[in-house]
Amino acid sequence: MSELLAPRRMVELEVDGQPVRVFEGSTILDACRRLEIDTPTLCYGETLEPANVCRVCVVELEGSRVLVPSCSRKAEAGMKVHTDSERVRLSRKLVLELLASSVDLSTTPVAAGYLERYDAEPGRFGPPAPPSDDRDRARTGHHEAPDGRTAATVQQPVKVDNELYVRDYAKCILCYRCVDACGEQHQNTFAIAVAGRGFDARISTELATPLPESACVYCGNCIEVCPTGALVFRSEHELRAAGDWREEEQTVTETTCPYCGVGCSLELHVQSNRIVKVTSPADHDITLGNLCIKGRFGFSHVQD
Amino acid sequence: MRPSPAALVAVAGEQPLERAQAPVTAAAVLDLLAGGEAAPSPASSLPQDGEPRLRLLRRVGIADPDSIDDYRAHGGYAALRHAFALGPEGVLREVKDSKLVGRGGAAFPTGVKWEAVARQPARPHYLVCNADESEPGTFKDRELMEGDPFAVIEAMTIAAFATGCERGYLYIRGEYPEARERLEHALAQARHRGFLGESVMGEGFSFDVEIRRGAGAYICGEETAIFESIEGRRGEPRNKPPFPVEVGLFGKPTVVNNVETLVNVLGVVLGSGPSFAEVGTEGSTGTKLLCLSGHVARPGTYEIAFGVTLRQVLDLAGGVPGGRPLRAVLMGGAAGGFLGPGDLDVPLTFEGARAAGTTLGSGVVLVLDDTVDLPRLLQRIAAFFRDESCGQCVPCRVGTVRQEEALARLVAGEPRGGVETELALIAEVGQCMRDSSICGLGQTASSALESAIRRLPVFEGSGT
Ligand SMILES: Cc1cc2nc3c(=O)[nH]c(=O)nc-3n(C[C@H](O)[C@H](O)[C@H](O)COP(=O)(O)O)c2cc1C
Ligand code: SF4
Ligand code: SF4
Ligand code: SF4
Ligand code: FES
Repeated sequence: MSELLAPRRMVELEVDGQPVRVFEGSTILDACRRLEIDTPTLCYGETLEPANVCRVCVVELEGSRVLVPSCSRKAEAGMKVHTDSERVRLSRKLVLELLASSVDLSTTPVAAGYLERYDAEPGRFGPPAPPSDDRDRARTGHHEAPDGRTAATVQQPVKVDNELYVRDYAKCILCYRCVDACGEQHQNTFAIAVAGRGFDARISTELATPLPESACVYCGNCIEVCPTGALVFRSEHELRAAGDWREEEQTVTETTCPYCGVGCSLELHVQSNRIVKVTSPADHDITLGNLCIKGRFGFSHVQD
Repeated sequence: MRPSPAALVAVAGEQPLERAQAPVTAAAVLDLLAGGEAAPSPASSLPQDGEPRLRLLRRVGIADPDSIDDYRAHGGYAALRHAFALGPEGVLREVKDSKLVGRGGAAFPTGVKWEAVARQPARPHYLVCNADESEPGTFKDRELMEGDPFAVIEAMTIAAFATGCERGYLYIRGEYPEARERLEHALAQARHRGFLGESVMGEGFSFDVEIRRGAGAYICGEETAIFESIEGRRGEPRNKPPFPVEVGLFGKPTVVNNVETLVNVLGVVLGSGPSFAEVGTEGSTGTKLLCLSGHVARPGTYEIAFGVTLRQVLDLAGGVPGGRPLRAVLMGGAAGGFLGPGDLDVPLTFEGARAAGTTLGSGVVLVLDDTVDLPRLLQRIAAFFRDESCGQCVPCRVGTVRQEEALARLVAGEPRGGVETELALIAEVGQCMRDSSICGLGQTASSALESAIRRLPVFEGSGT
């Protein structure tokens, strides 16, 4: 019998004392969601393979020396999982504190709720260090010895080098989603990758060249997956800078992209009669929220 | 006695010059710059040279590392011949019976790893010899590769035969040009003489080895980062499971072993598993290479039977020079843990070190006398991990920074909210790194620091 016709097998495991059955191949996170156990996630993108790098979703698995990332760890029959043990709470709290003390999370929608839920106190590492303007030139394997009076951050000037979108890496949690979307998982353009190591690790174009000189094709598929607002439409960036970004007033109009026969679904976000950004439904099983430059940015003719 | 300085003199140009000299004086450096030869080091790096009881080091310094004939004259390739007689199953059985465990740091049973790969139906299987040797204070694999390169290649061939690999990769640290040249030379000779390539020794088994050179990243010694690096990507560890024995290099079942682990296999196959296990203890069989450095009279690579005590090893190396008091011993390297002067009777076995709250790791024994600025050393270790973290996961990428900052405040005598608060902060960050980091780097980056705080009087209230 072909694999397609075979019935999907189920596995039964236990999460926080409750039995739960999920399809084979599901993750512990899927099992948690089935039980409506609210599990924080940051790097996990619904349309991407789990990068499992932020570690905010960790859970305790009986028999495992270390905590395991629920977003990537496959559910196995007989697993016993704890999602709210002291160890789990401590790790989640620390991960949030480490991130919030080093990254500007002001436009990460879920951050405030998580920080509160885990009593995170990012301020305990000290006041933030002043912004740096040379993170792109950091020498791998070298850093200046800290004095500990301030807490190192990734604060840096926003990169505005093209008409279409901006990169504000002071807000970047290094979730790898944009890299995976630009690279082998969605776009296959490979315009961006992680450069540097350790705390100097950063998302970069080749040799940190400005976007117009890079391999970027402006599909904006990295913007679509970015969970932090580090990558945003230039229109959104400018409205925010002017204090005029008013999400509550925005309407979303669904339509079909007119540029070619593929007919991608578009969501036009409109504020004060102007299109301020364009997204595409991530749950669309063919496009997964991806578009090309025309669908993503080719809307100016509508309003100019 | 003042620590003696060492110098690396390098001159770029048409005829590049590179000379290393220790101990060194200003006059000697000028002489080197003028093209003079480096004077031979006063002491050998193998203080036990030529001792008959040595197993792993028995050919080092004795057989000509450039000659396959001399290698064979000293017993080389007898183990491979015997392995062919035993067959893959027979070799697996002996390795399991030997209870050999990995010497790269994690002490995982080699036989279990090999069997898991041998049983995988997916093909091809790959073998990776981990010669990245990047743990600070470790230099034993270099000794084997430079002094007995054919042994490394023969051992890789046996491992490949037992686990069904057609291709092996030897991933060597970029800073070991000498070892790489010797190995390349040895590979060429072995190929030429039919010990590698199609139908090794006419036995119908085909195997060859490719050398890959690291580019200076500590993390590339981690067993899955090494795969990424060999595959041509950024050296970032993978989340486990799946384990390398199932999904390893190029997605195929892969054996990864340390150089020293592999060289041990020659002895296992030549004798037998049980006779190998007669040396050492129940939990740690055979002999171990230790890398003694720091304040010992005769630093270098030592081979000891598992079970001798730290005191015996320090005596073997001539103790602390100048009669100075011992302050601490860092075991296992930067990722290891400290012992104090009261711990000299700890038996040097995997289980003994574990029971004493430290680790043998890759065999580092870094001896520190009372002149050492311990807080400064801890800062150096913290800086090392911050620099060497690959940066993938939050606990390690930011945790190493926060620990380095807290340490700087403690050392400066400016703790935020008191010493106790700082020590608690270091411990909490450490717990998160241990529990939630992706790989062994983040999981152990805090060990040495926390063990120093536990055992040594470095800060007010620590070491009690
Ligand atoms: C950060 C890090 C660096 C490592 N570096 C090395 C190394 O340089 N050489 C080595 O043999 N093992 C190293 N290891 C251990 C390997 O991951 C792996 O356990 C080992 O190569 C397995 O071989 P063994 O079973 O023969 O010890 C390192 C591990 C970590 C976490
Ligand atoms: S816009 Fe498209 S091509 Fe450009 S970096 Fe983002 S994903 Fe890559
Ligand atoms: S820019 Fe956005 S998507 Fe890319 S790594 Fe940073 S936070 Fe993630
Ligand atoms: S623990 Fe450190 S070195 Fe290992 S994957 Fe995470 S960031 Fe990289
Ligand atoms: S959401 Fe699972 S590791 Fe980030």
